[in-house]
Amino acid sequence: MNTFKIYRRGVRDGMPVFFGYLAVSFSFGILAKSLNIPSAAAVLMSAANFTSAGQFAAVSSISAGVGYIELALMQFIINLRYFLMSSALSQKISDKPPFFHRFLMAFGNTDEVFALAVSYKGELTPSYFYGLMTAALPGWVTGTALGVISGNFLPARVLSALGIALYAMFIAIIIPPARKSKIVAGIVASSMTASFLFSKLPVLKNISSGFRIIILTVLISAAAAALFPVETEEDYE
Amino acid sequence: MNSNIFICIIVMAAVTYFIRVLPLVLIRGKIKNRFFRSFIYYVPFVTLSVMVFPSILTSTSSFISALIGFVIAVTVSFLGAGLPVVSLFAVAAVFVSELFIR
Repeated sequence: MNTFKIYRRGVRDGMPVFFGYLAVSFSFGILAKSLNIPSAAAVLMSAANFTSAGQFAAVSSISAGVGYIELALMQFIINLRYFLMSSALSQKISDKPPFFHRFLMAFGNTDEVFALAVSYKGELTPSYFYGLMTAALPGWVTGTALGVISGNFLPARVLSALGIALYAMFIAIIIPPARKSKIVAGIVASSMTASFLFSKLPVLKNISSGFRIIILTVLISAAAAALFPVETEEDYE
Repeated sequence: MNSNIFICIIVMAAVTYFIRVLPLVLIRGKIKNRFFRSFIYYVPFVTLSVMVFPSILTSTSSFISALIGFVIAVTVSFLGAGLPVVSLFAVAAVFVSELFIR
C-alpha cells in the first residue's frame, strides 16, 4: 500500500473519533464559557493540549485562580497515563521512518488515537497515525469552538447519547482480542472489576481517576506479564 | 483570575507534550526483555478497560441509558461488528432508551 492510501485509511478509521470528539469538546466549550474563559483561549487550549480530562480540570482551576506550578502538577498527574501509552506506542511503530516523526506523532497520542493506533494490524507507520490525527484534531478543536460560540445548538438528548460514543469505541477495540484469547478476556474483566472497586471502596475511591488508571495499568499489566509472558514478537498485534 | 490564561495554556501544553514525547524518544528500538515486552503488550487492554468501566455508566444523562448502551456495545462488538457500528449502536441505544426514561 502506498503512503497516501495508508494515510486515507487512517482518516477513515478516525472518523468515529471525529464525531465523538465533536460531542465531548462541545461540552468542554460550554463549560469553558460558563466559567468565563475567553472563547479564543478555550479554542487555543484545545488546539495546543489535545487532551480531555486535563482540559476539563484546568478550566475549573484556572477560573478559581490556580497557580502555574499547581496547574503543571495537576496536568502531570492527570496526563501521566500518556507515558504508558507512548511507551506501548514506541513498540508498535516501525523504526524505519525518520526519527523526527516521533515528535509529531507524540502530540496526537490521545486516548482514542492511541486506542486505534495499537489495534492497527501490522506495523504502524507515521502516515496512518497522521490520518488518525487529521480526523481527530479538527473534531476536538471545532467542537470546542461550537461549544463556546453557540452554547447550545445540539439538543440535550443528542449530546447525552453522543457522550457514550468514545467509550463504545474503546469497547469495540478491546472485545475482539478478548474473544480470541482467554488471557486477554480475563485481563479485561479483572481490569474493569478492579477499576469498579477502586471507584467504590473507602479510601481507594479518593484516588483521582488519573492515578487510578496509572496504578491499575502498572499493577495488572505487570501481573499479566509475570503470569503470561508474551513469547514472540509476532504475538504483538 | 490571578494567572494569565495564555501562560496557563503554554504550561499545560508543555507538560502534556513532555509526557507524550518522552517514551517515544527514549525507547528507540524494540524492547528485548521478555517481561517488559509482555508488560507493554498488556498495557492497552488494561488502560482501555479501566477507562471504560465504570466511567461509561456516568457518560450519559442517566445511569439506566448508559448501562443499556454499555451492554449493547459489548454485545454488538462480541457478535463481530466493527468500531463505527459498535459506536452507532451504543449511541442509538442511549438515545432510544432516554426517550422512554424522560
